[in-house]
Amino acid sequence: MPRLAGLFFWMNVKIENIKKLDVSKSLKLDCGKTISNFPLAYETYGNLNQNKDNAILVFHALTGDQFVTGTNPITKKEGWWITAVGPGKAIDTNKYFVICANVIGGCMGSLGPQNINPKSKAPYGLDFPVITIRDMIRAQESLLEHLGIKKLLCATGGSMGGMQLLQFCTTFPDKTFSAVPIACSSSHSAQNIALNELARQAIMADPVWDNGKYVLKNVQPKNGLAVARMVGHISYLSEKGMQEKFGRKLQEKADYEFSFNADFQVESYLRHQGYAFTERFDANSILYITRAMDYFDLSKQFKGGLIEAFKNQKTKFLIISFSSDWLYTSKENKDIVIALNASGADVSYSEIITDKGHDSFLLEEPEFLKTLKSFIDSMYEKFKYEKRI
Amino acid sequence: MRNLNMKKEFKVIADLLSNNTRVLDVGCGDGSLMGLLKKEKNIEVRGLELSQDNVQQCIHKGLPVIQGNAETELHQFPDQSFDYVVLSQTLQAFYKPEKVLRDLLRIGKSVVISIPNFGYWKVRAKLLFFGEMPITKTLPNSWYNTPNLHMCTIKDLFNFCGEKNINIKKVVGVNEDKTSLINNNNLEIKNLFSKLGIFLIG
Repeated sequence: MPRLAGLFFWMNVKIENIKKLDVSKSLKLDCGKTISNFPLAYETYGNLNQNKDNAILVFHALTGDQFVTGTNPITKKEGWWITAVGPGKAIDTNKYFVICANVIGGCMGSLGPQNINPKSKAPYGLDFPVITIRDMIRAQESLLEHLGIKKLLCATGGSMGGMQLLQFCTTFPDKTFSAVPIACSSSHSAQNIALNELARQAIMADPVWDNGKYVLKNVQPKNGLAVARMVGHISYLSEKGMQEKFGRKLQEKADYEFSFNADFQVESYLRHQGYAFTERFDANSILYITRAMDYFDLSKQFKGGLIEAFKNQKTKFLIISFSSDWLYTSKENKDIVIALNASGADVSYSEIITDKGHDSFLLEEPEFLKTLKSFIDSMYEKFKYEKRI
Repeated sequence: MRNLNMKKEFKVIADLLSNNTRVLDVGCGDGSLMGLLKKEKNIEVRGLELSQDNVQQCIHKGLPVIQGNAETELHQFPDQSFDYVVLSQTLQAFYKPEKVLRDLLRIGKSVVISIPNFGYWKVRAKLLFFGEMPITKTLPNSWYNTPNLHMCTIKDLFNFCGEKNINIKKVVGVNEDKTSLINNNNLEIKNLFSKLGIFLIG
């Protein structure tokens, strides 16, 4: 058995042991198809208090999963947001009850293209319906119901997580007291669609992909998937950050090799990140999730655009952007602020000055974490007070 | 730019505003005024502030604040979307104060502006008798590091409003703990003895 196939087999066994909600009610997707009786994998941290006023919902980004902090039981690596979530962290799990669900279309236990299609009794592959950001958050609403949470203290997420959050706040205006969308956009830009297309084309160009049918053979188009990840990695850094981190430094050698091996550190880094990724992520999931991001356009859902989308918002917002993020620029984030402002919503905005690019929200970025903590803690006091009256 | 006269100034500003209204504080600093207005007058406050540190402090206090530059980013606020817009001791630091003022009048039904008064006698005396740029409590910087680009006096702003057909509803002069109403009749003398001028216009 090839190494990867074995690994996937192992992963599938492990995935059986994680928390899953069987969503029984059917969900009509934006594409017109309906899914029902589907699994939604999730994880929680901390404890829900008696008043049920300390729940925080986290939406994960493109390649994230429900394992926000601690050790991911599947990959054995640290949770993707361990910098911000955990005991004593900005989102303090000693104080708050943190919930995160794997998005549908993903590959960490929620319904996705690698699941068995009940009709054909074989993995979906490309027969999986095309999903949207709205489908993702509608699926997650069932989880809040299941956990008995009527209103969240806060919901937050960066990148695609922020997009899910904006959708969540407009689709369910009464479900969260406050919201912190981070480094995101209300509609995917041409540049971002282009980068996603590059990732998809890399996967599709890998012969192993075989129109998505690789799942039947229990293999993974890892060359294509690795390139797709490399594209992503470049876009998560800034020009300055990359120059400072790698410059023209060579990888464990004194001079050029005059070959196409990874001479430069930056090449070696990308190759490593790319191939490491293939051990934890599914290629078809990338296709489906990037598609959902590309289709995201909040203003399109509402006549009158973004201002109409945020009409009558009672949720208190804090938008955070990063100065060197060229994927979801400060300007794009500010457009959300302007629309919220114009619709009269309660909105704060902070631009964190940093060289670390889009990735900043996942890193140890003191100003960012301090702002996040300040906001959530002050919202908790307000929420408790409001619930008392 | 906000300084030692702050507390008295904020009390005067708070007295000018009606309860239960919507107020935008442009250049809201660490949110001291917003906090006061919210607590004492049940005013729904919003702030605009340039410094990340101050923004952080406002957020910590649970006060809604948008990080941005008043000179370039007031366009995001819709017409007449606030009952009052407050600009405390900042007008003189803008490149184009008239443009900013027009924007404030567009956004707010009324506008409160406070200015450090360059017509205050000590300021005049410093220039007249010593031939040096005045440094006082309200104008603490030297000529080379002052953020103030367009200093004016209470009389200047008074006349400006007249020339530009901007309705003056009330002007208050502040000198330490003393405040007094300023009108056409006492303008000359109040312009000499007020450290700070607070205008309610629009």
